[in-house]
Amino acid sequence: MAEHRASHRPLASIEAVESGLASQGYIASRQIATAVYLAQQIEKPILVEGPAGVGKTELAKAIAGWRGLKMIRLQCYEGLDEAKALYEWKYAKQLLYTQILKDKLGEVLGGAETLHAALDQLHDFGDVFFSKEFVEPRPLLQALEQPAGCVLLIDEIDKSDAEFESLLLEILSDFQVSIPELGTVSATVPPTVILTSNSERNLGDALKRRCLHLHIGFPEQKLEERIVESRVPGISEKLRKQLVAFIHEIRNLDLKKQPSVSETIDWARVLVLLQASELGHEMVKDTLNVLLKYESDVQATLPHVTTFVANAARQNVFG
Amino acid sequence: MKENLHRFFRAARGAGVRVSPAESIDAMRAVAEIGLSDRSILRDTFLLTLAKSEDEKKALGACFDLFFAQPELSQPSANDPSAAATQDNTPGAQTSGGEPTENLGPLAEMLLSQDRAAISAAVANASSAASLSEIRYFTQRGLFSTRILDAMGIARLRDDLDQLTTTSPALAERLQAATEALRDNIREAVSQALLLYGREEAENLRNEILRNAPLSRIEPRQIEQMRALIRQIARRLRERYSKPRKRQRRGHLDVRRTIRRNAAWGGVPFLTAWKRRRRDRPRIVALCDVSGSVARVSDFFLLLIHSLHEVVSDVRSFAFSGHLIEVSEILESKGAEEAMAEIMSKVGFGSSDYGGSFADFERQWMESVTPQTTVIVLGDARGNNLDPGADIVRRIAERSKRLVWLNPEGRMTWGWGDSEMPRYQTFCNVVRQCATAQQLERAVSDIVATYQ
Repeated sequence: MAEHRASHRPLASIEAVESGLASQGYIASRQIATAVYLAQQIEKPILVEGPAGVGKTELAKAIAGWRGLKMIRLQCYEGLDEAKALYEWKYAKQLLYTQILKDKLGEVLGGAETLHAALDQLHDFGDVFFSKEFVEPRPLLQALEQPAGCVLLIDEIDKSDAEFESLLLEILSDFQVSIPELGTVSATVPPTVILTSNSERNLGDALKRRCLHLHIGFPEQKLEERIVESRVPGISEKLRKQLVAFIHEIRNLDLKKQPSVSETIDWARVLVLLQASELGHEMVKDTLNVLLKYESDVQATLPHVTTFVANAARQNVFG
Repeated sequence: MKENLHRFFRAARGAGVRVSPAESIDAMRAVAEIGLSDRSILRDTFLLTLAKSEDEKKALGACFDLFFAQPELSQPSANDPSAAATQDNTPGAQTSGGEPTENLGPLAEMLLSQDRAAISAAVANASSAASLSEIRYFTQRGLFSTRILDAMGIARLRDDLDQLTTTSPALAERLQAATEALRDNIREAVSQALLLYGREEAENLRNEILRNAPLSRIEPRQIEQMRALIRQIARRLRERYSKPRKRQRRGHLDVRRTIRRNAAWGGVPFLTAWKRRRRDRPRIVALCDVSGSVARVSDFFLLLIHSLHEVVSDVRSFAFSGHLIEVSEILESKGAEEAMAEIMSKVGFGSSDYGGSFADFERQWMESVTPQTTVIVLGDARGNNLDPGADIVRRIAERSKRLVWLNPEGRMTWGWGDSEMPRYQTFCNVVRQCATAQQLERAVSDIVATYQ
């Protein structure tokens, strides 16, 4: 039964993760909390997938806020390469320094008699210009160099090219980067790495293998109510319940883009601004464009509004 | 515990989740952190570390539930009425049969004492002794049941039974019933194990058979499986061909781009630009015969072509038997089954008229054929002795990059009866037989590969 006692700790820590994230206004499901806990314990990056607006990026921000760490964000896009993600040489500075040191160099090399001797002497100084001072660290290298550790968010990895993925592999598995001129830079404290993806393209198996894979879908009704409660404090309980029930009804429709959590929150804010205390047909019809981002979706939803509002109101009675 | 985890990984692989050794190490480390007391957290942990897509998560979740449902299932099941009956006799039987139990074997004693926990533990031990997790095919069920029973000491039990029938028949009857229950139990455990561990092999075997089965004659119950197989093929083709590979024509300087790029340095060519060979994605126009025997093959062919979005930039599909209509939109907007039903209701079941259908195509859609297009005709070329329209086929071939004819019939029958195949054949770049899923895959793979 020793196992039984040992297992008390992780459960408590998972709950600690949950409450820690909640203190940042991020209401996490048990699965998300488990993933965050595991990522810390076995030092693995988390790959978060899911539809847009379910709080993938927010998760990284919440972790950083909760643990008081710096967050370094790398936004991926097509054509992102080593020079923008990893490091770059400060060419201008190198040039400037050679100009300034020209005389000094002349002095040093002046003593040499033959060309060969001069070259040998120059070799001794050669590495001066390829030292740490001339490296411009980009987000990935910055993340490794943080003395206290950090949260590294690699956002929308699916938008980058397949080659960039391979570039990440070394960082993700060993938390180190190889710079040919300087050698290998390893992390002082391994950063917590969060990768997000909207599944625009399938990621490579090599990348997936190195990560914990977390899929965040649309939350359940209860959870979403808690999220709205935490994000939109001024909302009445009645309106909150009706609103979430209404949105869950809409998600059952066949839409181009289903409203996600961020839209729920926006809509809740709008309704609070309009000083609504409960859901009304007219108000819903007027504000539907906050929720739905395509005209065809709005048109598809309009005929159902009355029924959905009625359903939501009824649910409120029993729920 | 390690042993159990390994068995679970094997079961997960059987369920179609690709678990690499590195992932299993991660999972074990995670489990060591998390402990085993909370099942839902353990489940989440496996889902996080092993499954790497939503489909895999679903499969692994189901596999987890099945795997950990085992202990409950291996409880003695068949002792409802008989047990109740024996329970009534127990006081009497116990006193009278108290003596003979002394010289019974351990298994018989265990069965008589109705100790469920001990029995399931014994079954589990015997299962691992018989290496039940090695089970692969359903034909091995008997073999493994026997092995488990042997490991539990069935021989001694039989001796005990023989002995008891002479000394105390009542007790023998009880033991007999308990033995039957045990057999049921083990049979159940073996079926369960087969479900867990044998799935991968069984699936491979079935897929192998399906791949080589003639598409036009598969049974209705296999259609769903075949669709799944076709989707699998599509995934494989996508993975192989979706990455646009750059191919440079080394040595050919692109003068125009070089000058433009180096304008900043006063035209001194620091950076050179080289000519690239442009590579277009395949454009496909598919004409599918949906009459009678060919309909099934067309169905799967259209499913395959339309699940190749990443590889193929533009597909237009047409279906014909008596006349020809465009079906691209139906296939894009509806599920495989529904779309096929609609297509069949519109043009299906007629007797094929190749000449008429080709004429329809030339009249309305001929401009969709460009020098980059591959035109694929799928049909048996049996035109019921009507005008074959071979001249139209010639014109299509002249306009297009390639004309491919896929015929579900074997080469032996081409040209016999009303088959016009030899006449069409002269205008086609490629003619191949296409009756099974495997041939279909090869045909489509070749078509896509010509664009690489």
